[in-house]
Amino acid sequence: MIKVHVYVTLKEGVLDPQGSAVTNSLHAMNYEEVKNVRIGKYMELEVENTKNVEQRIEEMCEKLLSNPVIEDYTYTIGEAVSS
Amino acid sequence: MKFAVIVFPGSNCDDDMFYAIQDGLEEEVEKVWYTETSLAAYDAILIPGGFSYGDYLRSGAIARFAPVMESVMEEAEKGKPVLGVCNGFQVLLEARLLPGAMQRNKNLKFICRPTPLNVVSNNTMFTTEYEKGRNVTIPVAHGDGNYYCDDKTLEKLKSNNQVVFTYETDINGSAAGIAGIINEKGNVLGMMPHPERAMSDLLGSADGLQLFQSMLKNWRESHVLAP
Repeated sequence: MIKVHVYVTLKEGVLDPQGSAVTNSLHAMNYEEVKNVRIGKYMELEVENTKNVEQRIEEMCEKLLSNPVIEDYTYTIGEAVSS
Repeated sequence: MKFAVIVFPGSNCDDDMFYAIQDGLEEEVEKVWYTETSLAAYDAILIPGGFSYGDYLRSGAIARFAPVMESVMEEAEKGKPVLGVCNGFQVLLEARLLPGAMQRNKNLKFICRPTPLNVVSNNTMFTTEYEKGRNVTIPVAHGDGNYYCDDKTLEKLKSNNQVVFTYETDINGSAAGIAGIINEKGNVLGMMPHPERAMSDLLGSADGLQLFQSMLKNWRESHVLAP
């Protein structure tokens, strides 16, 4: 088994209402140096280490884990985990 | 005319939709559980609002892969009327039966109130009973109703007359004030406002009734032979 780390972020140019609210809140707390916050999702998958694992992860990202209309994804294949 | 109301785990407007057809329109209607695999027996498919699968991941993202969705897509392809309301609209977007995506409301609040809308197009099988440009009041109840699509898609929606309903004032940040859109073929309508909650003046508005009457009338014209 391997651990796969999937990061889903909003596409550039897509407004992020949650990110704007958090930016405003940080400013209210006097963290004026923060210019922008974009909120995304992080997922950890434990996956059997098959031959075409990368291709299958990409399929999962395209079909379900992200919505390609508004989101981009990246993933890294991490350490082996004991099942 | 026989309607199917699709029920996912977490749907919660299925009863409203059911009674809108049974008592409002006075036509045949059945609830169809998400594990069913054929919708051939129905003349129209209604996907109700709610929080299918708890809105986990994204609204509608998991319901889109429920077993019944294969046949929703098949019947949509054949030209059968498909109406998605609120979460149903989100499911249709995730299934790519309609273009674009939903985001969190611009003000991050759940908005639940009667909302004035404009009928932008009455040239669809869902809206012929409305006058074009008419102002109607239909309730909304959503947290993720901020419609997004890229500029190219928006231009296409406008030039093909696929924008069916718009909000009279911006309530959630939707692109071009979009409250409801239809597919190119003209048989799949998605809308955030709930016409099934606007079936009687006694309950605040009967402006939703004409939507279902339009579906019935247009179905009869193409399916029932003249005597």
